[in-house]
Amino acid sequence: MSKVVVVTSGKGGVGKTTTSANISTGLALEGKKVVAIDFDVGLRNLDLVMGCERRVVYDFVNVIRNEAKLHQALIKDKRVETLYVLPASQTRDKDALDPDGVGRVMDELKQMGFDYIICDSPAGIEKGAQMAMYFADEAIVVTNPEVSSVRDSDRVLGLLASKTGRAESGGAAIKSHLLLTRYSPAMVKRGEMLSVADVLELLGIPLLGVIPESKAILQSSNKGTPAILEPTSDVAQAYLDVVSRFLGEERAQRFIDEEKRGFFGRLFG
Amino acid sequence: MAFLDYFRRAPKSAALAKDRLSIIVARERAAGTREGADYLPQLQQELLAVIARYEKIDLGNVTVSLDRATGCDVLELNIVLPEAASGNPPRPTKPATAPA
Repeated sequence: MSKVVVVTSGKGGVGKTTTSANISTGLALEGKKVVAIDFDVGLRNLDLVMGCERRVVYDFVNVIRNEAKLHQALIKDKRVETLYVLPASQTRDKDALDPDGVGRVMDELKQMGFDYIICDSPAGIEKGAQMAMYFADEAIVVTNPEVSSVRDSDRVLGLLASKTGRAESGGAAIKSHLLLTRYSPAMVKRGEMLSVADVLELLGIPLLGVIPESKAILQSSNKGTPAILEPTSDVAQAYLDVVSRFLGEERAQRFIDEEKRGFFGRLFG
Repeated sequence: MAFLDYFRRAPKSAALAKDRLSIIVARERAAGTREGADYLPQLQQELLAVIARYEKIDLGNVTVSLDRATGCDVLELNIVLPEAASGNPPRPTKPATAPA
């Protein structure tokens, strides 16, 4: 059985694409057959973050318009055996994605035996974002501990409950998970940043994990290598935990409390 | 200068952020973005029309709000009657419980 997972947020720049890349890679490292689909038509970036931008020949929109076969557009990852990317188109046509076309591609991916179909949503709550969530079974709502991001996430939860295939057919509700990114325990401790508990209380969905603010994110996107492939960084550890939890394993939450620093660390930090 | 920050009292802006968000998120959910109670403005108008037949009321002195308590939704209708408006503090009418 394939599971369709949308990575969404409403607000831009909170880490949807980074999260899509890392969770897709992490699930594939666990032996699952995974495809990551970039729904951000016109502003494709997932290929760049995953380091396969030079291998893009055909894209999602080509497949929908029958200009290419699905297997021609899928890019097989060179590092992880069971990982594939379906890149977005650079077309400026906003109506390039339609429910029938996207549904057809989803069905074909399911027939190809993919365990997970990860949909990287564009920012906003317009058609592109609604297309990305329409076929979802589960949602990962990426949120920064910041007022505009939390508010937008709440709006997105509203859309997940009303504007999706499951909502329209009266089926089981989409299972939504909160992923809190760019978290700074030190700022939370000083009362300068919303805490995990604050955001959980406001949004009312279960916590999948906390990703700490880290330089490793920029370094990994510079290289086109998802952070999770270099397990020494805190971000990689956080995403590995998230993937394990997503697969149903128990993992204690980490990166919520500040690291212990010595006197000199505080003085010169 | 990390060592100077060490002595400075930090403002607790996170608490302010949470308070502001609690209000805005609750309001947007009640407005139907999440649960679909988008009949509130019309309800308010129709109630006003009925009350206006019996009392002279000021539109500004009527508020209708939907609050979510544990287990049920509370529809609160607050009308300031003319004699109350002149001097006495506003008195709320009995809150009615609406089905979710």
